[in-house]
Amino acid sequence: MSRNGPVALTYHALFVTFMLAPILVVCFVAFTPEGYLSFPTHTWSLRWFRAIARYPEFIAAFWRSLALGALSSAVAVAISVPAALAIARYRFAGRDAMTALFMSPLMIPHIVLGVAFLRFFTQIGLGGTFAGLVLAHIVIVLPFALRLTLASAIGLDRSIEHAAVSLGASEWTVLRRITLPLVVPGLMSGWALAFINSFDEVTMTVFVSAPGTVTLPVQMFLYIQDNIDPLVTSVSACVIALTATALIVLDRAYGLERLLVGRAGHGR
Amino acid sequence: MRAAPYLLSLPALMLFAGVVVVPLAMTVALSFHDWGQYKGIEPVFILKNWREVLEDTYYYEIFGRTFRIAITVTVLAALFGAPEAYILNRMKSPWRGIFLLVILGPLLISVVARTLGWALLFGGNSGVVNKALMSLGVISSPPPFMFTETGVIVALAHVLMPYMVLAVWAALQRLDPQIENAAVALGAGPFTVLRRIVLPQALPGILSGAVIVFALAASAFATPAIIGGRRLKVASTLAYDEFLNTLNWPLGAVVAVLLLIALVLIVQGSNRWVERRYAQVFG
Repeated sequence: MSRNGPVALTYHALFVTFMLAPILVVCFVAFTPEGYLSFPTHTWSLRWFRAIARYPEFIAAFWRSLALGALSSAVAVAISVPAALAIARYRFAGRDAMTALFMSPLMIPHIVLGVAFLRFFTQIGLGGTFAGLVLAHIVIVLPFALRLTLASAIGLDRSIEHAAVSLGASEWTVLRRITLPLVVPGLMSGWALAFINSFDEVTMTVFVSAPGTVTLPVQMFLYIQDNIDPLVTSVSACVIALTATALIVLDRAYGLERLLVGRAGHGR
Repeated sequence: MRAAPYLLSLPALMLFAGVVVVPLAMTVALSFHDWGQYKGIEPVFILKNWREVLEDTYYYEIFGRTFRIAITVTVLAALFGAPEAYILNRMKSPWRGIFLLVILGPLLISVVARTLGWALLFGGNSGVVNKALMSLGVISSPPPFMFTETGVIVALAHVLMPYMVLAVWAALQRLDPQIENAAVALGAGPFTVLRRIVLPQALPGILSGAVIVFALAASAFATPAIIGGRRLKVASTLAYDEFLNTLNWPLGAVVAVLLLIALVLIVQGSNRWVERRYAQVFG
């Protein structure tokens, strides 16, 4: 397999610079000692990180995003397990249509979902509530949870279950002691991917959240509308650092490729 | 148990029927309602809003801008993302894994933080790059970026580039490296190998990546809102404005439904075309 020549590597270096520059500049500006947006040249300061403490709305939004992500991902995964088993195991009328339905949130623009949820929740009295937010996020992250759970369910070795049945286990016992434990790795990665998507979601959430139920990305977005100052860069830098850590952990545990593509590439 | 699969899927089906199908149907219904500044939403069935959007050139301009931006972003992503996926593919580990992480990782970072970075780099007089270029004397005034279509295109291309790299990468994984080696052994130069072996096989990946990038670019909200600002509207920011500022929900519903219909048609059409064209690759 031929290696990359100097031209390719130069292009690659420029590409990576392009991809990283905005993210790195946010992190650098977060350390500025000045009271305005500037690149820290001589001195670095943590003043804007300490300033976050004076903005309880950001801290509250952070915890809310965390809770929202954890809860909606957990429910999405819980719902997707039986659905994945049904799709993977049985041939039944409407299977393809149902799978398409469950994957449809990927195809529907989040702006449309946001509008639809806003109208719907307002009509049924869930407008601006945390419960409505959770419902909306469950729907949005379910395709990710389902895709990974489905991959896990399809890859399951049925002969183990057949062996258990032939040894006298009931259907429920097989499910509880054989199937579910084998599906769990897919569950974990499904949960992780769902969580990340929920945590970052802003387009739909900006419609469904109200001043009391704002998530972190929405809080950042609303803040930027009025002013771009170093505070929002320090908050962003924290988010970036958290995400980067989670990224490395996830890559070590499952492989980023498998998480995003659904299967591992063959090694070279 | 014939009913088993249906029972198993019941929770998900109920969720989707209640929280997806019903709200979407309600939104379509909403687009036909009447609205007044003082009377609010009146649940009737009239075509006023649809007529307004389909007849006023203001809306054509906004939708035109939306799709113009989406197409440009898609072309840029294909032009620059595909070669990078190819270069990544030819790297040895551990570099491959590391750079895959570096390029795909930003997908997991909030789009607000990524777009903020562009505002910081090229934002007016305090933009980092602008200040550097001006202090070096290369330019005298900051290049137009914020609140311009170019700025939105560049920032969106950055945000969506990983999707293209991912799609092309996935397609390249199916490639048999022996074919490339065979071509070289038969005397093909590197450019010929690229043009006649790699590109045709990577094309399905590029096309499916293009569909994803286009759909996401056309419906993008945060990036056009931050970089484009109040005056440079796209479909998403228009809907946002109608729903949360003007409060003319029926009109906003028309914009949202139109965007949905347009995207579903384009995406389904493109997918079907790609699948037919490359039946032997997929089938």
